[in-house]
Amino acid sequence: MYQFAYHRPGSLAEAEKLFSAAEDPKFMSGGQTLIPTLKQRLASPSDIIDLGGLKDLAGISVADGVVTIGAATRHADVASSAEVRKAIPALADLAGWIGDPLVRHRGTIGGSIANADPSADYPAAVVALNATVHTTRRTIAADDFFTGMFETALHTGEIVTKIAFPVAAQAAYEKFRNPASRYAMVGVFVARTAGGVRVAVTGAAPSVFRQEAMEAALGKSFTPDAVAGIKVSPDGLNADLHASAEYRAHLVTVMAKRAVARANG
Amino acid sequence: MTAVSMTVNGKSVSADVEPRTLLVEYLRENQRLTGTHVGCDTSQCGACVVHVDGVAVKSCTVLAVQAEGASVVTIEGLAKDGKLHPVQEAFREHHGLQCGFCTPGMIMTAVDMIRRHPEGLDEATIRAELEGNICRCTGYHNIVRAIEAASAAMGAKEAAA
Repeated sequence: MYQFAYHRPGSLAEAEKLFSAAEDPKFMSGGQTLIPTLKQRLASPSDIIDLGGLKDLAGISVADGVVTIGAATRHADVASSAEVRKAIPALADLAGWIGDPLVRHRGTIGGSIANADPSADYPAAVVALNATVHTTRRTIAADDFFTGMFETALHTGEIVTKIAFPVAAQAAYEKFRNPASRYAMVGVFVARTAGGVRVAVTGAAPSVFRQEAMEAALGKSFTPDAVAGIKVSPDGLNADLHASAEYRAHLVTVMAKRAVARANG
Repeated sequence: MTAVSMTVNGKSVSADVEPRTLLVEYLRENQRLTGTHVGCDTSQCGACVVHVDGVAVKSCTVLAVQAEGASVVTIEGLAKDGKLHPVQEAFREHHGLQCGFCTPGMIMTAVDMIRRHPEGLDEATIRAELEGNICRCTGYHNIVRAIEAASAAMGAKEAAA
C-alpha cells in the first residue's frame, strides 16, 4: 500500500472541506473494496477521508411506503433489519447475500453504490425498485445514477447520504454467484412497482441495466414463463475467465425466471 | 504518523502508526499478538478475523486508524483464567483443525456466529455462515461439528443460568 494522509471528519461539511483541500482524495466508507484496492496498489490517493465517524449517516427508517437507508448502514444491518424484511424482503435478502458475514459487518450501502462495481448487488435493487439517491447536494433518480463501469452521476466531492426505496408490491433478487468472490456473475432484481414492472441486471455488463423486453412481458403476465422465452443478446456483455458473454446472456434469463418465481413465492 | 488508541483484549493501548498500517499488522507487530494470522491478505480467507466493537471482521481489511476508540478482541482474549472459551474447547474436543493456521479466524467467526444465533445453529446455517473462512485441511466437517456442539453447550449454559 502506498502512503496516504488519513482524516476522520466529524461532519459532512468537514468531510467536503477536507476533500476540496486535498490533492487527490478519496472518501472511504466501510473500506471493503477500497482497502483491497489500495493493497494491490491499484489506487494511490493522496488522502483518505474516512466517513466512518459520521454516525448520523447510518440508520434505517420506514414511513409512508418508503424504506430509507442511511449511506453508512452496513450490509449486516440491512440484512437483519426486521423493518426492511417486512417492507421489502428482497432487499434484506440481497444484503444478506453480499460477500460473507465478515464483509457484511463493515461494507456499507452508500459505499457500494458510490463505487458502482459492475458486479455489485445493490445497484440492481436501486434501479429495479426505482430508488432515489440523496446526496450532500441533491437527489438523483436511480435511472440516472449509474452511468458506467465504476462510474456514477456523483460529482467530485459529492457524498451519498441516504437511499430511499419505495416499497414494491412484489420484488425478488436472484444471483448466480462467483463461488470465490461472492460477487454476482449475473444478478437479476425484479419488482412490481407503482410505475410498472422493473427488471434490473447486474454483473452481466459494464454497468447495471434494465431489461425492457422482460419488463414488458412481465407487465402482461408476472410469471416465470413470461420471461422464459426471452433471449438476451450477448453483445456488450462482460466476458472474463469466469464466464463468456454468451453464458452471462443465458444466465440473465435463468436468474429472471428464478427471481419472478421467488417473488410469487 | 497518526496516533491511535483502542482497547485490545480489555487493555488500553496506544501507538503512533502510519495510516496505511492494517489492523492485523498493528495487532501482530505492534501488540505482538500473533495468534491472529494473515493467510491470503486479499480479504478472502478469514484467518485474520477479530472482533471490533463486538462484531467479527477481517483485520486485514481494516486500517488500524479506523479502529480508533474501538474495543478489539483477538483469539488471545477468549480464554479466561486459564480456561478455554467453550468454542475453543469444542474445537479441541471435536478435532476441528489439522494444521491450525485457519483456526483463530474460524473460532472468532464461530463466537460471533453463535452470538448472532441465540436460537441455535443447524449444519446448513453454520456452513453458510462460514463463507468467509477458508480451511485447506479439514474439509470443514469437524469445524462444523465443533461449532454445532459449542452452540448447543453455550445455549444450555445460558438456559441454566
